[in-house]
Amino acid sequence: MVVQASKAATVTLPGDKQILMTREFAAPRHLVYRAFTTPDLVKRWWGADLGEVTVAEIDLRVGGAWRYVMVPNGGPEVGFHGEYREIVPNERIVSTEVYEGMPDGEALNTVTFTEENGRTTLTILVQHRSQADRDAHLNSGMEAGMQRALDLLEQVAVSLG
Amino acid sequence: MARAATTTDAFNAVAEPRRREILDLLATGERSVNDLVRLLGLAQPQVSKHLRVLREVGAVGVRDDGRQRLYRLNGQALRPIHDWVSQYERTWSARFERLDSVLEELQQEERDGGTGEQGRDRDAPRR
Repeated sequence: MVVQASKAATVTLPGDKQILMTREFAAPRHLVYRAFTTPDLVKRWWGADLGEVTVAEIDLRVGGAWRYVMVPNGGPEVGFHGEYREIVPNERIVSTEVYEGMPDGEALNTVTFTEENGRTTLTILVQHRSQADRDAHLNSGMEAGMQRALDLLEQVAVSLG
Repeated sequence: MARAATTTDAFNAVAEPRRREILDLLATGERSVNDLVRLLGLAQPQVSKHLRVLREVGAVGVRDDGRQRLYRLNGQALRPIHDWVSQYERTWSARFERLDSVLEELQQEERDGGTGEQGRDRDAPRR
């Protein structure tokens, strides 16, 4: 199941505990990597259109911590933090992620950067410890993998208007 | 973790693998219970039970056709699932679009003669 975005970002659910995002960028990977690991740069994109990123702390070494805080438009701030588990410069970052509003649900994020012809494919695999965690992460009552249902939706949802 | 009762929403209704199979089958067209029993290799009471759950959340509809009851898919009821994924996707798409502009700037910097060294950090926020 692939949800097509305006700029070809895809979000898939490869397993019951996983969320996978893939996106291609018109830039070499050392720059994408830099944008991912430089606090001032992270502050500029990580808030999406949801709010302002007020904190972006990055201690980029194995065992080092990171913490991002965002103030959503009109809402109370939300914080995320984690620890780096594996770092291969310009290639791969593995880190834990905890949403501070739900401190028991720790996810493991694997970010990979692959370059081809000056373009970079970025993948972010979010691995939760349980389906319940993944689903709680997105605040829903869903209890199990829904890949097949989503495959189905790909066929039918488009026509719903 | 607390969760909603099985029949309360589309998410729970599709959580059961056999029910997803039923939806897959119905995606290709209307089917009678007998058809579903045959295709799924399940006993009729089980199939009927699954269909009841799917009906309660509106994911399938039913009509009488002579002596048969024909079940069909109602995609609208599954819309919340689609929306859920879309919401996640929207956040990341927005992030990625912002990242695009950051990357454009970084590339411009490199073209302007920088080597991307830390020293020439012109990454101050532009707000």
